[in-house]
Amino acid sequence: MNSRPLAMRDAFLERIFQKMSEDEQIFFVTADFGSPVLDKIRAQFPQRFANVGIAEQNLINLSSGLATEGFKVFAYAIAPFITMRCFEQIRVNLALLSEVRTMNVTLIGVGAGYSYVVSGPTHQCYEDLTIMRALPNVAIYSPADHVTTSALFDQCVTDKGLKYLRLDAQVLPVLYEAAPPDVTRGFHVHRQGSRVCLLATGYMLHTAIKAADELRDAGIEVGIIDLFSISRFHTQEMQAALSSYDSIVTMEEGFRGRGGVDSMMFEFLARRSMPQRMFNIGVEGGYRFELGTRSELHEQVGIGHHAVVASVKQFVGSLPVVAETSVA
Amino acid sequence: MTDQELAQLPDKAKWVWRETLRVHRHAPETRIASSLSPIEIFVALYYGGVLRFNPDRPRDEERDRCIISKGHGSICMYPILADLGFFPTSELERVCKAGGFLGGIPDPIIPGYETVNGSLGHGMGVGTGVALGLKTKNRAQSVFVITGDGELHEGANWEAFMFASHHKLDNLHLVVDDNRISMLGQTENIVSHASLAARLTAFGWDCEEVDGHDVLAVREALLRMKAKKEGKPKALLAKTKKGHGIPTLEGADLAHIMNPKIEWLDSILEANHE
Repeated sequence: MNSRPLAMRDAFLERIFQKMSEDEQIFFVTADFGSPVLDKIRAQFPQRFANVGIAEQNLINLSSGLATEGFKVFAYAIAPFITMRCFEQIRVNLALLSEVRTMNVTLIGVGAGYSYVVSGPTHQCYEDLTIMRALPNVAIYSPADHVTTSALFDQCVTDKGLKYLRLDAQVLPVLYEAAPPDVTRGFHVHRQGSRVCLLATGYMLHTAIKAADELRDAGIEVGIIDLFSISRFHTQEMQAALSSYDSIVTMEEGFRGRGGVDSMMFEFLARRSMPQRMFNIGVEGGYRFELGTRSELHEQVGIGHHAVVASVKQFVGSLPVVAETSVA
Repeated sequence: MTDQELAQLPDKAKWVWRETLRVHRHAPETRIASSLSPIEIFVALYYGGVLRFNPDRPRDEERDRCIISKGHGSICMYPILADLGFFPTSELERVCKAGGFLGGIPDPIIPGYETVNGSLGHGMGVGTGVALGLKTKNRAQSVFVITGDGELHEGANWEAFMFASHHKLDNLHLVVDDNRISMLGQTENIVSHASLAARLTAFGWDCEEVDGHDVLAVREALLRMKAKKEGKPKALLAKTKKGHGIPTLEGADLAHIMNPKIEWLDSILEANHE
């Protein structure tokens, strides 16, 4: 039933649209950014919809004011703009104020990583996970398909705090055809492997699957974990899920070594004195203006599946040979 | 209000002025000059029957929302809120001290404060969201946002001005403590606000000016604008003097970062005891 791929934003906005009929506290604000489903929202609920224009600072400030009046606010814009153009508004009027007042606000950012392929670095987004992670009280979601995105809605509407939902701008293949993952756990074990586990978020899960298939052909069985909740996941279960591996490869469509999922996992392992070695796949080489398909761009910056396969092979080759019995 | 009560408003403003100096005497970290210019605005709002508030339930749904955006420059609210019963007067002894909640910049942990202060230019946008929320809920309460004129250099204010007039938020009021001096001098010489009223009018706001140290005139203007429901947000530019009443500070370019001499403060506060 979930096999027909949808845009993540349409899947999520459809859930909002359905809920708005019964929940009069839902308010939707956009910074002049649309979607086919949004047309339904603004036609049917004009009293609880506002387009602020191209004005993200005001988008956040209005969301804050609406939240103090008890509204459950969904604020919608392109990912780099809704996180970085108005970061101090998010910090002061949402994150800080939410320590004192209820701020049920979900920031929906569309355009994760390179998903605005030909629009260049202003519309592409490689820093948002890092910058949003810097705020201590924000739930950060980074789903890999529309099924997961849709399943996250209930959590977004009931959680009374601040949420950031990082969505891909492209329609991605469905990963969870039978049933959505258990979103309360924050991650999903997609494939069990041995020795090496690819821990990927968002679009990179699709790359991880491709890479894992190629690595399997080369005799390397890697596990795959879909990390769709960056800041809140079941830590004990994560520790258990990783403990059977001796190496972990993080995969994100963001700058490598700049505080994203790679840093988060370094901290995770170190705090628990976990012995696993780590290798990180992330955007290398800074800002670029080259044109190409998303795959081509990914290969250029070291996160395409060919690059991942080569990196993982090299990484595995560099690992000390481990006797089967010594793998815990 | 009775005529007699009205006649006492100027004395109340003088009392708040002295009590604000007393707070500053205990906590010299507080910004004094920018806390003296808006005194009559706050006295008119809180003692002049303009704002509806409930000290026993500071977040009472029936309250008018007063969003104080000029954080540092509202230390005069401490004696006012204590006097009105939002918190015990003894808290005034603990301004900027461990265990207290009245900081150098007021935060929303203080009963009576709605939003986070300190980073300037935020109150207008948040207040606009509150006004939109109240309208959506068909609630009759009003929103008052108090800013300095210096913080209107922040562009987010103007995003909110555009939005508020487009959406006809006539429950929204901006009161500018228009003292014309920000930290490094006169705004006229930094980035000019010379035609602020004309600019706000051009942005679709109903705009008035008033002598910001004439508490009765400020009160009348506030009541008049609160009553007006003509599909426009409303602004009152209160012409004030930074460091009002302190000869060494009043109107001084660097008043924002200047403190009055301790001997002068003590003589003023001593005189008040007699």
